[in-house]
Amino acid sequence: MVEIRFHGRGGQGTVVASKILADAINKEGKYVQAYPEFGVERRGAPVYAFIRINESPIYDKSRIYTPDHVVVLDPTLLEAIDITKGLKKDGWIIINTDKKPEEMKLPTQFKVATINATQIAIKHQLGTLAAPIVNTGIVGAVVKVLRLASLESVVQAVKEDVPIKPEANAAAAQDAYELVIFNS
Amino acid sequence: MRKVIMGNHALSYGAMLSRVQVIAAYPITPQTQVVELLSEMCADKVLDAQFIKVESEHSAMAACLGASLAGARTFTATSAQGLALMHELLHWASGGRLPVVLGNINRAMAPGWSIWSDQNDSLSQRDTGWVQFYCGSNQEVLDSVIQAFKVAEKLHIPAMIILDAFSLSHTYEVVEVPEQEKVDEYLPPFQPKFRLTPDDPHAFGGLTSPDHYLELRYKLQKDMEKAPALIEETGQEFQELFGRKLGLVDPYQCDDAEIILVTSGTAGYTACVAVDHFRQQGLKVGNLRIRTFRPFPFEIVRDILSQAKKVAVVDRNISYGHHGIFYQEIKSALYGHSPVPVFGYITGLGGRDITLDTFRQIIEETQKNDAPSERISWIGVKK
Repeated sequence: MVEIRFHGRGGQGTVVASKILADAINKEGKYVQAYPEFGVERRGAPVYAFIRINESPIYDKSRIYTPDHVVVLDPTLLEAIDITKGLKKDGWIIINTDKKPEEMKLPTQFKVATINATQIAIKHQLGTLAAPIVNTGIVGAVVKVLRLASLESVVQAVKEDVPIKPEANAAAAQDAYELVIFNS
Repeated sequence: MRKVIMGNHALSYGAMLSRVQVIAAYPITPQTQVVELLSEMCADKVLDAQFIKVESEHSAMAACLGASLAGARTFTATSAQGLALMHELLHWASGGRLPVVLGNINRAMAPGWSIWSDQNDSLSQRDTGWVQFYCGSNQEVLDSVIQAFKVAEKLHIPAMIILDAFSLSHTYEVVEVPEQEKVDEYLPPFQPKFRLTPDDPHAFGGLTSPDHYLELRYKLQKDMEKAPALIEETGQEFQELFGRKLGLVDPYQCDDAEIILVTSGTAGYTACVAVDHFRQQGLKVGNLRIRTFRPFPFEIVRDILSQAKKVAVVDRNISYGHHGIFYQEIKSALYGHSPVPVFGYITGLGGRDITLDTFRQIIEETQKNDAPSERISWIGVKK
């Protein structure tokens, strides 16, 4: 069982990111459970999405408190909340930033992967310059680092789930898959 | 086809595959997405149904009653305060013998205002004469809609599909969406025994004198008593066609269990993980998830629980001044049949999470005491 928590801000498509990942994993015959924060969401406020992945059907319907890994869509969240809360030792922090992993000042018991998903989104004209949409790109980075699904499954899931610019979003996922920086 | 869908949409797909003809509904969180998708399906002509926009849940059920009486297969969905507003017309549906199917997302009643899960909304409708199915997965939600129409239309009794807010309604799970042809084979078109039609005019629901009312209620109860066997039979038929079981209850590791947990909804799934955990430690625990609450499956519950040394009932609901509602039913099922002590626990109200630790506390307390206390055992209350 793998449990992942996504951090984003309301309006960034954090829940959609978890849904795309869920669809990609389903395509490979595994079982998955993905849910948003149980409650109300506000644009710009910190939001969460969660995902459980397993080889067999998932019976645990309680919430995730101690994730194996976290994914951060917005680097400004590091100053706003504790993104490592409950995170298991040696868990991955996969974060959208223009920095390299060694430049991130994060606790050393975690592994860090960085991806400039904002730049990728701007290159593919996803969202606006002020509010680029990074959620499709980040999924490409997540599956590369955590080896959860093939790039083909992600590209297919993006094309099915994203209502506008499916090709550009799929290309962003592909770029992020190739450009994510991490030491495995 | 394997799809990743949320519980709300599992209801919508269930209704679509059942080829519902009329949907009348009013949106309320966390139910909103059920009717949102159904209205899109109607607009896109994926579903050949009339979507009736109404101004309240009371009107939604009123429209469903009219449509059902005219012979249409009819569906609606709601939550909490919305279900409470329908209350009067829930009696009309069962008294009028109209097989409407309703999806209810379990949401705690206000105040304090809540959009999170507990069962007091649907359990407050216990005595309205509806069949009630409590689901634990999105797959079960979809499958139950299809089975519910089959049961409801055969008995001319309405049925409610009940699922937890957020833990199912907004949670995406892998669901096998059945093929339309196979669903058509399982669920033929609705053939009402009577209907409102200008070709053969009748009045329905008129003044009923004391000479007749008692007999109408007797017949409703007699038909309700046929439901357990019919649910097992249609569940068996479902399994033969689709490979998934739909029974009155869902027992897990009960055969040799010393302590049996009694659960419902998503807590009934998490409980299975707790059972595995305790069994690894050498403690023989089992879990009996109650899927059908009305009619209450007395016989099978009695057969399974009588074998245990202790029973621990987990209620995400309360009847103020009494106890947990499932707890009362379980004690009533065992009365005069088995001396097994029944412990009652209340937890998870208003969406408080029910976790493995919740079950650990429940099992430890049940183990520790020889006999249940008169007082309610609350789990997780902050003091």
